[in-house]
Amino acid sequence: MINNQKQKTQTIQVKRRGIVYLVKDRCKGCGFCIEFCPMGVLKPSKDFNAQGYHYPILVEEPPNKVCIACGFCTVICPEFAIYAEPMEEEKK
Amino acid sequence: MPMQFVKYHVRDKYLKTDRLPHIWCPGCGIGSILNAFLLGLEKANIDPDKLLVVSGIGCTGRVAGYLNMDTFHTTHGRAIPFAIGLKIARPDMHVVVFSGDGDLVTIGGNHFIHAARRNNDLLVILVNNLNYGMTGGQVGATTPHNAITTTTPYGNIEDDFNIPFLAAAAGAVYVARWTSLHVRRLAWSIAEAFHRKGFRLIEVISQCPTTFGRRNKMPNGLDMLKWFRDNTIVKHNADLRETRIELNRKIVIGKFIDIKDKPTFEEQAYGLVEKVRGVKRGE
Repeated sequence: MINNQKQKTQTIQVKRRGIVYLVKDRCKGCGFCIEFCPMGVLKPSKDFNAQGYHYPILVEEPPNKVCIACGFCTVICPEFAIYAEPMEEEKK
Repeated sequence: MPMQFVKYHVRDKYLKTDRLPHIWCPGCGIGSILNAFLLGLEKANIDPDKLLVVSGIGCTGRVAGYLNMDTFHTTHGRAIPFAIGLKIARPDMHVVVFSGDGDLVTIGGNHFIHAARRNNDLLVILVNNLNYGMTGGQVGATTPHNAITTTTPYGNIEDDFNIPFLAAAAGAVYVARWTSLHVRRLAWSIAEAFHRKGFRLIEVISQCPTTFGRRNKMPNGLDMLKWFRDNTIVKHNADLRETRIELNRKIVIGKFIDIKDKPTFEEQAYGLVEKVRGVKRGE
């Protein structure tokens, strides 16, 4: 399933549409956003936050591996820590 | 653009942020379900001032303490009776019962089936984590057959409750089941259920990695979410005799029952008062 998604991102032209925000010290490192991001743009950090967990960081590789502001990380985050919002030019 | 580190979250307007980070374990699904509930609230365009949230005892009962709206944390199993009272006193408000499986179908099981029978106008969000999580992972009425828990170390010999079938048989007008992975469909379902009248049940199968997953070869929340991804099948209007949760079979999820225009208990009670007294309520 994940392999299919990776192949898709290679063939379909995508455009960067979103910005990812993080409240760093709320993260408990469950990894849901990293595993279920459809574009695979998140990965665990090497640093710790104040609670001692590895929070997610954004690794974008334009043109194909970028945040498309689908908002799945916003909904699945159990800690209300990460959210993605459309960029200003996309809102218009 | 790199990741932006901020101090607030888009859903913070609904939450008591001074109590965050919350008490639930890393990998717990209740946070995701609460997040989906708030998204559903936004999608349904419900004013938080017109919403009452009641929860019982247990991990899910903590929801009442984190929401920045009118909430109440009731005694064990009595979330539904309290909510029925609220709805009769204030029929203009939306009443939501947000509680766990141990609270709603085990100790409060009789209240649950009788509220469904009377068609009380409540939205019940039942978080089913397949065991008694807060007290240490004992076997409950929703533990699947052969599952290992603290009190059944060689496997559970009892069958579990088929909650959608139970609610539908008792007369619920809206029955859906999702998991804590299917948060988008859950949010959509909650938004839809806000605009129905009558006893609405949304069962959400959640992960409890600390007590249930650890003893069933799924030691963290991610393993349990992968189990939900690989072992669920979306089947709307499914035959409810087949929706029992079994560990070695696909879990059927979806929207099972959606009945419109069934008169609720509150409508009929006020209608009767009007008919007998000949005056409207409040006059």
